[in-house]
Amino acid sequence: MRHHLILRVVTKLLVGMIMLFALYVQFHGDYSPGGGFQAGVIMAVAFILYGLVFSVGQVQQVLPVWLVHKLVALGVLIYAGTGVYSMLTGYAFLDYAALSPHHPSHGQHWGILLVEAGVGITVTAVMVAIHYAFVGRAPLISDEEW
Amino acid sequence: MRSLFAVAMLSGAFSLLSALLFVTLDAVDVAFTEAAVGAGISTVLMLGTMALTARFERHASHSPALPLFVVTLTGAAIIYGTLDMPNFGDPAAPVHQHVAPEYFERSPHEIGVPNVVTGILASYRGYDTMGETAVVFSAGVGVMLLLSGLRRRKRKGDPDEDTQNKGGKA
Repeated sequence: MRHHLILRVVTKLLVGMIMLFALYVQFHGDYSPGGGFQAGVIMAVAFILYGLVFSVGQVQQVLPVWLVHKLVALGVLIYAGTGVYSMLTGYAFLDYAALSPHHPSHGQHWGILLVEAGVGITVTAVMVAIHYAFVGRAPLISDEEW
Repeated sequence: MRSLFAVAMLSGAFSLLSALLFVTLDAVDVAFTEAAVGAGISTVLMLGTMALTARFERHASHSPALPLFVVTLTGAAIIYGTLDMPNFGDPAAPVHQHVAPEYFERSPHEIGVPNVVTGILASYRGYDTMGETAVVFSAGVGVMLLLSGLRRRKRKGDPDEDTQNKGGKA
């Protein structure tokens, strides 16, 4: 899309804001609508948009394929790890009171923050990985054909 | 309508409209997901699929009568199923009588998170959400296994050369 000047300029402006909004949705999910799933998708959209307008090669310099594949598993591990941690400290699986035994309500906040982060990481990485798999499979249709 | 590009765009617009519908029903979290996933990612992935396959639908070899009959029958069955649904916003509806009051009563002092939906998803229903994350994980792994087989070879070659090859084949 080398000749789409407006798209390129607008994308450069928007990508940062999209990421910021994704982080807001992620960490403000306790207070407003949103959470890991939505934030993950929005974050992935920032990378996918950049990859569509510029090139996959350029976005893969920021987020390489190997890193995406590791992140896919990391999110699930964070989620399950929270549960295993609470089990190891003598609580039920995924009982967040384990994270702050003297103040269970704080533990809930920490637990929700952790598992939402896990969800967000996995969803971001899976969406980006699927996009990479699609665009890596064959060259995109040339601009003129659209 | 044979142009799959138009179909993909229309389904994206439909997703956005159903997100508005969810907002009207006060299900803001669902609307958020629908707008982000349905209108955003799905459209991009459909466009990606079109770039790999074809941009126009082939003419069907069979008559459309049977599919139309099946769709009409299913639609009629679904509408029949909604006839005995409680009215929208009815406080006596079964869904508001079962566990919801308990969550609303216990959530403020047990979880302390203002957004009850987040509290239910991440804490009371933590197992379910972990299952959903695992589903997303396995879906991603499945797509990677299915689609990334050719990628290693493609990336070594010159991208311009690949374009020419593809153009020659098509």
